[in-house]
Amino acid sequence: MSARADANVDRSWTGALARWTDRKLPADRLFPDRQPAYVGSWVYVFGVCTIAALMIVVASGVILSFFGPQWWHVSPQGRFFNSLHFWSVQLFFAFMVLHLWGQYFMASWRDGRAPTWMVGVTIFAISIVTAFTGYVAQQNLDSQWIALNAKDAINSTGAGAFFNVLNFGQMYGLHVMMLPIFVITLVAVHVLMVRIKGVVKPIDFEETH
Amino acid sequence: MDAHDRYYQGVRMVPYDIVKELTIALVAVLALVLGLSFAFASPDDPPLTIHAWAKSAPVDFVTTATGELAGSTTTAGYGAPYNDTADAAQTWGPLAPQTWGGVHQPVDAAQEFVLGPLSTSSTSDPALATALSQYSGATQDQQGKWLDAYTKGLDKAQVDGSGGITVPSGDYGPVPVMSSSLLRLAQSGALDGMLQDAGHFYNTDYTRSLLFMGDGSLLESMAGDQHLLGNQWGMMNETGSFPGQSWLWLYTFWYQVWPFNSDAGFLGLNAGNADLGVVLIMGLLTTLLALIPFIPGLRDIPRWVPVHRLIWRQSAKQRRTGAPGAAPVRAS
Repeated sequence: MSARADANVDRSWTGALARWTDRKLPADRLFPDRQPAYVGSWVYVFGVCTIAALMIVVASGVILSFFGPQWWHVSPQGRFFNSLHFWSVQLFFAFMVLHLWGQYFMASWRDGRAPTWMVGVTIFAISIVTAFTGYVAQQNLDSQWIALNAKDAINSTGAGAFFNVLNFGQMYGLHVMMLPIFVITLVAVHVLMVRIKGVVKPIDFEETH
Repeated sequence: MDAHDRYYQGVRMVPYDIVKELTIALVAVLALVLGLSFAFASPDDPPLTIHAWAKSAPVDFVTTATGELAGSTTTAGYGAPYNDTADAAQTWGPLAPQTWGGVHQPVDAAQEFVLGPLSTSSTSDPALATALSQYSGATQDQQGKWLDAYTKGLDKAQVDGSGGITVPSGDYGPVPVMSSSLLRLAQSGALDGMLQDAGHFYNTDYTRSLLFMGDGSLLESMAGDQHLLGNQWGMMNETGSFPGQSWLWLYTFWYQVWPFNSDAGFLGLNAGNADLGVVLIMGLLTTLLALIPFIPGLRDIPRWVPVHRLIWRQSAKQRRTGAPGAAPVRAS
């Protein structure tokens, strides 16, 4: 008798989670080998490109943080990985904004997908904060000035009491640890939500398809 | 058959390889990132130091330090979270979150930027110790008169051959001795360390150094040269010709337009509380963006604007013409 079939295990939280996963996200939905034909549009590429750029952002960021904050200023290798991080962030945002506009004009929140849209907007907002902490942690003239400028906006909300943009240590810690965890976790949730519900049908599907 | 399968009933399905798609995207984006990195590298203009500031703009440095003593700089009168200067915080009507946040990063500009470092340095400088003693023993009114006269004298200050400054003679009390000592301290590079270490061996908090340099004119001038100022859409810019945080364009936009660029303003929102107003607007707009699925009108625009017809044009055409390869939905 399998553990899942055991009456004691069936009532456990673990068993309930396992049954929910089996029901909502079986392997062929998580790793599908077929998809609706209407997904064959270039607009759908921006989502996966955003994830690809995020993977490069994280990989280059891990290498930068491993060697420490001075490395990217004083060695050719550090400067190169700093460039990889810089440009992958630029592309991450470019693809994410294109993905967001694409999903807006497809009204992708239809048919019960509003939570997926809301998680996506949350990822966009947290990504902006993550990038901002990176910009003020660059340790160059740009980071000095934008930190001085941005402090007024942060302080005006009262958040400056605990979020000090002039404190490199705090910004660096948030940038390399806590905020990326939020972004990566929410991206994983976002993708799972898409896989669970599937890709929304086109607007006017019945008329045009 | 569950809700997922019922949703796709009758929908034409085609073969799909999600792992291959991600791999191709990863290779393509990596190639793009490598190309951009090799072609353009990345911005890294060196930061300004107090040492460099005092060396290249000694009059600005001394003027700023005098302002810190007089309490006339931005930092000295900033309010929360640095000090409790009355009526300095941004408010909008009854909204005063800056004040509510309280003083959590206390900065006494005169003491920490000027008097403290001078006091440390005076242990090996009897003339400076005498000047500091004279300054601290004077009444606040007398200190104010010295500082006011010295500030006016600094308008005609000259830089001498050794990098020091000469000011037309006047009744400045001990202030010239103090300012020239602080200037020497800064030009030697010692003031950077004194402001930075704050009595701790390990320190990664640059609040005091940045606030002090931000009170001067040199850093602002350098930022202006790199189109980083607020009225240059600076928050979304980067030094040189590199792209900056372009995703902050809408946030930066509000600072350029009425009422946030106006002293008179509208409904209590003006240049004086622009930061608070812009943050509130952006918070509202971000919330609206997240809630679009529930907002009539905003959620209907995609139906009214035929962009979706362009996006799904190919699949609609295939459906109408009966494209080959159509397969029924997979039962699961």
